[in-house]
Amino acid sequence: MEGDVVIRVEGLSKKYLLGQRAGSAGGLRHAIEDTISAPYRWAKGVVSGAEALRARPEEFWALQDVTFDVRRGEVVGIIGRNGAGKSTLLKLLSRITEPTKGRIGLKGRVASLLEVGTGFHPELSGRENVFLNGAILGMRQAEVRQKFDEIVAFAGVEQFLDTPVKRYSSGMYVRLAFAVAAHLEPEILIVDEVLAVGDSEFQKKCLDKMREVTDGGRTVLFVSHNLSAVAALCGRAIYLKSGKMAMSGESGPVISRYQGDVLRPGVEPVSNPAFRSGSGTHRIQEIRPAREEFPPRRPLEFEATIRRHSPEGPFHISMHFRDEWDVEVFAINTEYLEGGSLQPGDQEVTVRIESPWLPPGDYRADAYLHHNGIIDQWSDACRFRIGAGVAVKGYSSASGTNAGKALADFSVQIRRAGETS
Amino acid sequence: MHSPPTFTPPLDDEGFDLWIEAGHAEKHYWLDLWHYRELFFILAWRDVAVRYKQTVAGTAWALVQPFLSMVIMTVIFSRVAGLPSIGDAPYAIMVFAALLPWQFFSNALSTSGQSVVANRDMISKVYFPRIIVPAGSVLVSLVDFLVSLVILAALMLWFRFPPIWNLAALPVFMVLGAASALGAGLVLTALTVQYRDFRILVPFIVQFGMYVSPVAYSSELVREKLGPGLFSIYALNPLVFVIEGFRWCILGGELRLLEPPMLVSFAVSFLLLAAGIAYFRKTERSFADVI
Repeated sequence: MEGDVVIRVEGLSKKYLLGQRAGSAGGLRHAIEDTISAPYRWAKGVVSGAEALRARPEEFWALQDVTFDVRRGEVVGIIGRNGAGKSTLLKLLSRITEPTKGRIGLKGRVASLLEVGTGFHPELSGRENVFLNGAILGMRQAEVRQKFDEIVAFAGVEQFLDTPVKRYSSGMYVRLAFAVAAHLEPEILIVDEVLAVGDSEFQKKCLDKMREVTDGGRTVLFVSHNLSAVAALCGRAIYLKSGKMAMSGESGPVISRYQGDVLRPGVEPVSNPAFRSGSGTHRIQEIRPAREEFPPRRPLEFEATIRRHSPEGPFHISMHFRDEWDVEVFAINTEYLEGGSLQPGDQEVTVRIESPWLPPGDYRADAYLHHNGIIDQWSDACRFRIGAGVAVKGYSSASGTNAGKALADFSVQIRRAGETS
Repeated sequence: MHSPPTFTPPLDDEGFDLWIEAGHAEKHYWLDLWHYRELFFILAWRDVAVRYKQTVAGTAWALVQPFLSMVIMTVIFSRVAGLPSIGDAPYAIMVFAALLPWQFFSNALSTSGQSVVANRDMISKVYFPRIIVPAGSVLVSLVDFLVSLVILAALMLWFRFPPIWNLAALPVFMVLGAASALGAGLVLTALTVQYRDFRILVPFIVQFGMYVSPVAYSSELVREKLGPGLFSIYALNPLVFVIEGFRWCILGGELRLLEPPMLVSFAVSFLLLAAGIAYFRKTERSFADVI
């Protein structure tokens, strides 16, 4: 579609000061001390290592010289590893933070959806939260009133409208939150990976809604790790790598290039929690498979170390397992598991998957902590391999690798012609 | 790490509605604020609505709370402070006349000072003019103030103390009080975002403020003790003008508002507001990065 340019990004760069961002060098005392002692230190010419670090926090270019145009009606996917600058780009585009260099031109009403349910208040009823959230997202109250019934129907929470949302199940909560956001009618929609929570039926509903939005000729910027969703929804993709634009163009080739890079061995996943999204009340400090290589059809075990940053809970853990082609093979979520709630606090969690049907190959798992929204989102949190060394019933150790996405526990009954059974 | 290549932006706007640039003052700042005016009221409504949820007494607390604090303050002030009477006003009304603006100011200052950090989820995930958050807190305090005004009216009925025409000027002093509270609140909230030290400091600032404001005493007393020169310095506190104004509106008596020290106090209110807005606007662009 040849429309006019509605988003123009020119030489966009964003620098973070690492100490400041983590909040450690932001103390008032340091600021005062630094100001007072600066001439003294200069005169003495003696700067100890610690002081030098404090005076000049480490610089980090989250985004560097990114330039692209988006035309009206285009649906552009932004892909890249964690820490590649995707979220920073979205924050810049949605005016949450300011660029260090470069500039962004926007035409038309912009709505950005970096999280579902921003500003939801647990004590307020569903009805009240719809109006509150609508206003926070920039909708007029008259507009919310007009779409109210539609929003409620989409979320399917009619009976609970006057119940405080703190009594909602997390599914209901997310549905209501997404419903409000889905009824924004912006000319430009900026969406982060908000579809990662909720049951599969609702996820499908969300994707359908996204498709509806894009079919309506609106411009969409979509950040996702879900490459098949990007391939399905987006005509164009931008691949960010370490804050720079690695590739931009038709989504097919860009995705293949990204897949090629991700699968290259020896690339360490970014694990610094400071760069992960989510509310951060708890963070997964480490998650490791019990062994690097599991035999096929044997239980998979993962050990997660969770650190508390603020005493809020309970919450749940989920893991999404991806194969070499970044296709999600299966996922687990303790939310619907009896005894699967985690209480606030530092803790070790063992996740055991009894009989996975994974064929031999390399796998990656994304790990999430969530409760009414994402607390910690760690894509590519750990990697493991299903070995080909042990044969599985019905498969030779070699044939297992060509067996599709899942192994089957199969048997046959054979009746030869002429025999009666 | 080498710096990105320099880039010279084209000079015309090419029909874009909005250019986001580093260090570039928002062209549509006030227009934007107007567009988000509903959010301002909704945030204030949220804070009021949430306060009495899951309480048995419900909104009755809104009346009971200021009433109780009035009773406590009246008892303490009459026993300890020994405030001289102005005319024939009952003591409770006299105390209340000064407590009203002070409580409004101190509430507005402490809640707006914490407001941005308290709403950090929103700040780091959605764009809207950030000034709405502290301004909304001031609005909430204004609602509390109006409720207290009802108690004052009841008190005046009870003591058969008729209102005087001066009362018509009350909104003027209210606006001044709100301007000072918002101005100081904007500075404090911006500082709190970067330096959480202010979270701890603000209650002390408020406490200190009560002693340097004519809440428990009359500013005439200060004038007598310090002389006119030092009194001008004392009057740098904008609340001197606001609180004395309130007393005059409710109790009547002599008004020395148009004297130079009082005019200084008056001017400081607006200077504070202007400085607060300027500092807030300068820092708000990096709120999401440091919060």
